[in-house]
Amino acid sequence: MNNRIENHPILGELEKRKKVTFQFDGKSYEGYEGDTIAAALLANGIRTLRKHEESGNPRGIYCNIGHCYECRVTVDGETNVRACLTPIKENMVVESGKVQPSPLDPSKENIPRTYAEYMEMEGEK
Amino acid sequence: MQVYDAVIIGAGPAGLAAAIQCRENNLNVVVLDEYPKAGGRLLGQLYQEPDGTWWNGIEESKALETKAEQLDTDIRLGVSVHHIETLDNQFVVHTKKENFTTKNVIIATGAAESPVPVPGWTLPGVMSIGAAQVMTNVHRVKVGEKGIIVGINVLSAAIAQELHLAGIELHSMVLPAKHIISGEQANPRKVIDDLSRVAHLAPSKFIQFGSKFAKYKWAQNLALQFYPKNGIKMWEMPIHLRKAIKQINGTEKVESVTLVDVTADGEIVEHSEEEVQVDFVCIAGGLYPLAELAAVVGCPFQYSEELGGHVPIHNERMETPIPGIYVAGNITGIESAKVAREQGIVAGLSIAKKESDSPDIIEEKLQTAIENVKATRKAATIQFHPNIPEGRANVSAAFSKIIDEQKTETTKEKIS
Repeated sequence: MNNRIENHPILGELEKRKKVTFQFDGKSYEGYEGDTIAAALLANGIRTLRKHEESGNPRGIYCNIGHCYECRVTVDGETNVRACLTPIKENMVVESGKVQPSPLDPSKENIPRTYAEYMEMEGEK
Repeated sequence: MQVYDAVIIGAGPAGLAAAIQCRENNLNVVVLDEYPKAGGRLLGQLYQEPDGTWWNGIEESKALETKAEQLDTDIRLGVSVHHIETLDNQFVVHTKKENFTTKNVIIATGAAESPVPVPGWTLPGVMSIGAAQVMTNVHRVKVGEKGIIVGINVLSAAIAQELHLAGIELHSMVLPAKHIISGEQANPRKVIDDLSRVAHLAPSKFIQFGSKFAKYKWAQNLALQFYPKNGIKMWEMPIHLRKAIKQINGTEKVESVTLVDVTADGEIVEHSEEEVQVDFVCIAGGLYPLAELAAVVGCPFQYSEELGGHVPIHNERMETPIPGIYVAGNITGIESAKVAREQGIVAGLSIAKKESDSPDIIEEKLQTAIENVKATRKAATIQFHPNIPEGRANVSAAFSKIIDEQKTETTKEKIS
């Protein structure tokens, strides 16, 4: 798959850059030197960078410039790294964000989520 | 321990221009930016000037970076600043990697995009309009096969043209549906009023579109009443002032959007739902100054609609009321990169003057630089708000007021 904009009427032809091989969730991908993780993955057709820690909903880039933290992934063991700011490196190991154990999941146990709920539950006792 | 003359936070047009001035005056500076490339958001910019030439952000960034490098400027990329600590007459700038002790700080952190929540907006494939700009022009990666833009404003119009240039297909530009957060952005009357200002985007078709109706209230009303069902086309893409996005659909990623018709006041017309297949959605909620670091170091703020939000109070010398803390670029108000660059020159010269043994010589340059900011503002191709000079004047007045109060306090202390 190649989602690169090879030719551009004003910016010209895409310059030749060195290929870089990296891993994402155990699979090997190719990008170019200077690509961020997010750009290299999108060029390979991959949009989903993580699952929401609690709900498991898929997430990808939102702002693409480091402000929103929606693209956080694990890079060579370091968690919460922003894929949109981090350039790929040869043999880099990237893992998508996963669902986390959720001790305060109110669907599993009757735990108050707000002070009002807490007061209500206290009242029932 | 090394003490810098200035730490410049942000390697965009403001930060780089400031660094060049500092280096030309032999100051010891370091420029920090968390993005892996220098240039900030200038990098993605690409539009045609009224004279037909292209403003190419990549080339403009390169020119600034090259000049800074020729002056041996220490530019550190991929470094995130998260705190500025205040000591006696010094500051410590905390980053993820190391800390920098400095006499002065220029905060040139730019702007961020205001989000406009739409049901389904967390799906992969939904992104801010700026994200699409960076992916397209900087990374040269297609954001999708066919998309839609939510939010009609100066920024989204400019980036829509950039996506079109890169061969990315857009279904249309629509409004966000009216709700508590979308506010005025969902009101066709407000939007058409704003669009008249995009007439500056000459020689684009927006001139024909904007200037035809938008200057006269009665014409605006007529334009909205009789707004063509298929929108008005710009760059082969319809702009819909009478359609809004209700929700974004998909399970693992964006598959389609649901559009609805809206009245001239932005009210949703019942049973007007229509589903459109797209694989990406760009949300354009406008820009606001990114000013957390100014808040952390204790700068007083003022809200200014004209400048895009809460801005750290400063004067035209780019000084804040905290001695040694300077600001430049979009943190001081949303304007074009050209204005940011001129403000950077002012901030750099202000520090050079402060640290110089012959301040009078620099003062002359500083006055010229201040005039250049105003001239650049006046000539700007892209204007984000019609009353920017008014917003600027209010912030300057707030600065003078604080300084006067400080003087009064000092006098009182002396008397007592």
